[in-house]
Amino acid sequence: MAEREQMRRSAPRETESPAPQDTSSEGATELKAELDDLLDEIDDVLETNAEEFVKNYVQKGGE
Amino acid sequence: MAVHKVVGIETEFGILHRCNGDSNPVAASSMIINAYVNGFLCQRVSWDFEDEQPGADARGFNEFDALAPEIETHLVNAVLANGARYYVDHAHPELSTPECSDSRQCVVYDRAAEEILIRSMQAANSLLPDGEELVIHKNNSDGKGNSYGCHENYLLDRDVPFGRVVTHILPFFVTRQIFCGAGKMGVEVPMNDGSPPPFGDRPFQVSQRADFFEEEVGLETTLKRPIVNTRDEPHADTRKYRRLHVIIGDANMSELQTYLKLGTTSLVLAMIDDDIVPEPLTPLVPVAALRQVSFDTALSGLIELVDGRRMRAIEVQWEYLDLARKYARSHGLDAVGGDDIGNDILDRWEAVLTGLESDPMGLATQLDWVAKLRLYEAFAERHGLDWDDPKLAALDLQYHDLRPSKSLSRRVGLERITTDDEVDEAVSVPPPTTRAYFRGRCLDKFGDEIVAANWDSMVFDIGTDPLRRVPMLEPLRGTRAHVGSLLDECRDAAELLRRLGN
Repeated sequence: MAEREQMRRSAPRETESPAPQDTSSEGATELKAELDDLLDEIDDVLETNAEEFVKNYVQKGGE
Repeated sequence: MAVHKVVGIETEFGILHRCNGDSNPVAASSMIINAYVNGFLCQRVSWDFEDEQPGADARGFNEFDALAPEIETHLVNAVLANGARYYVDHAHPELSTPECSDSRQCVVYDRAAEEILIRSMQAANSLLPDGEELVIHKNNSDGKGNSYGCHENYLLDRDVPFGRVVTHILPFFVTRQIFCGAGKMGVEVPMNDGSPPPFGDRPFQVSQRADFFEEEVGLETTLKRPIVNTRDEPHADTRKYRRLHVIIGDANMSELQTYLKLGTTSLVLAMIDDDIVPEPLTPLVPVAALRQVSFDTALSGLIELVDGRRMRAIEVQWEYLDLARKYARSHGLDAVGGDDIGNDILDRWEAVLTGLESDPMGLATQLDWVAKLRLYEAFAERHGLDWDDPKLAALDLQYHDLRPSKSLSRRVGLERITTDDEVDEAVSVPPPTTRAYFRGRCLDKFGDEIVAANWDSMVFDIGTDPLRRVPMLEPLRGTRAHVGSLLDECRDAAELLRRLGN
């Protein structure tokens, strides 16, 4: 609880000091590789004519 | 003691008919549902509209200018063996989950609803000529100003003054989007004062729906949408219960978000039932605050409250969470399904708020809006795109695409709450712990002898006049514990009705 109270009192993120680079670089590299794989996959499945797909996507209001 | 929070979700799905020439979304929606009903179900039972009163208002009056929704009785409308209702609403296929006795169970049925739409889409497409395709999206807008809903339903105590519900659920709804939002590119409704939309770094919002709300409290769902909807139609004993019909939520692809949305809202409503509430956290201008929070992806903006305080959305959520912890200690968690699930909801609520405070982008496998933001930034960077490129708008639609071969949300590594096996079972088997069990089992076993069904009754035709209506006014009766062995033993509906004493 005390830790959370402290967290809540702190202002939004810009006042927090950045995480030290060296401790997280391995994890960051892994994340970057994951994201690259994901982007490769997305390039494969993305609708071929994006502009037309978006233009034709018209719904009636509902509820 | 708070009324047990029986919950359900109704989702209107986006539908696209890709063909040469014009398509009719009502016909396309009918095709989707008919393909499922005719392809997967042995018999078809229609919805019974006898008891529907969608124009009733929880405040005890009907406003002259309030439009009750029209019920379109001529369109396809089916009851499924898992207890769900599957129908055409306006120009969308809509699926209402069966009544569930806790939030986790409801997530399973929400995923089962997706699976039913996927199977419907595949069945319908197998009937279409080459070059045509029906595509279903689980989203809430087309990016062009047309919105459709994902509504939640919660059982409330009739004796609780509705004003108390409004006072304390309104600030919760304005701020819960920080962990309930499905995210959206751009803006669809101009700002009230004509100013440019207050985007952060990117033209991106936390919520799909925040653009579309104009009132604080009201009966409508399609025009002048209110943050708190007052439809007073409990589909249960009206002397004991209300149903809170919630229209403000986004349709989530993230299971965790659906779980948190249902779980935290159930908890707050249980607290309101028991009158464990904070000093009112009412925003000075709730509709404007709703939009402000949606634009504020940095989560740093301050909401001005009626009492003069200024708080960030996340601070409002911390207030509710702290009180919910106290409520759990003083009143227990039976109303939301017991200690195990109640404590899990509290812990995950705290974890997600903590994550939002320290590193929102760290929640990219938990929250749809964060997953989208991370994906779009990486995609734009890789391809050197500006944020107004149609490719990003296409990603924003395709995130919600239900086709397994196209869905982006199923590729971004979202955490699961459910398993494939339990979702598969929930497609055809009702939850054992609510009256949906009775409805679903009867449909499965005696479908030929059922004329119609709705939330709170079933009508049997056992060959004698007149038809026999079985009322189901208690959402937590008709469970497997109550009627499981009876349903196992009865050979036909006549025997069932005789033994029920009907």
